[in-house]
Amino acid sequence: MTNKNNKKNYWRDMTIHIPTPLRTYTNGLDSIPVTAGTVGDALQELVTAYPGLKGNLFAADGKLRSFVNVYLNEEDIRYLSEKEATPTTPTDELTIIPSIAGGCR
Amino acid sequence: MLRIQFSDYEALREHGRQTYPHECCGVLLGRSVDGVNEVEEIVEAGNTRTDSAHNRYNIAPVELIRIQRQARAKSLDIVGFYHSHPDHPAQWSATDIAEAHWLGCSYVITKVADGKPDVTNSFLLRGTGEEDKFFEDEPIEILVAVGASK
Ligand SMILES: [Zn+2]
Repeated sequence: MTNKNNKKNYWRDMTIHIPTPLRTYTNGLDSIPVTAGTVGDALQELVTAYPGLKGNLFAADGKLRSFVNVYLNEEDIRYLSEKEATPTTPTDELTIIPSIAGGCR
Repeated sequence: MLRIQFSDYEALREHGRQTYPHECCGVLLGRSVDGVNEVEEIVEAGNTRTDSAHNRYNIAPVELIRIQRQARAKSLDIVGFYHSHPDHPAQWSATDIAEAHWLGCSYVITKVADGKPDVTNSFLLRGTGEEDKFFEDEPIEILVAVGASK
């Protein structure tokens, strides 16, 4: 954590919570601080820092995979009026949560 | 391997009785240690698939976020999920594997026959991603607490 180029040490804009299965790609960390102005920037920051996450979060067309839910605090970003362009503030939390579903048929 | 207290094991089976003929679902909180998913607590969740609750389940992401937050406060992680198969074998279905995305987590399935919990099995979701994921039969170790009053 002594990297002087790492401004995250001084300015932690917001936190992204990582679900258990994706911690393989974040060196086991369950939450990642990122500096970003929008939801989309935050996700880009995350995959830049942890490239292994990219294919798990985004489909080939660059859109979030259908089963990957991203919540800004308690709101699904798909239902925010500005979607990924939604501005974020330092107290915001983004949570990545893959869907839990199934059925016997 | 899945390691779970007898009381939690009974509770998740009982949940299947309560929701019968609909599928129940819930979350297993605990720790993953050396390939063993150790359950410390189970949390019942609502099934949002009211359109087809007899053969489908889905946990609302916002409910999951709250569960995950509670878990974090206790230094626990989500280590698995459970659901029931009303009058259907305790085996994963094509829908179950298609909609399973939590690699490394245990998926516990209980057959509920005529309203009574029957066989319970656990399946570990393995692989590195969507392309190669698969379910592996997973042994369940049931712990009986020493000095338990019932
Ligand atoms: Zn199922």
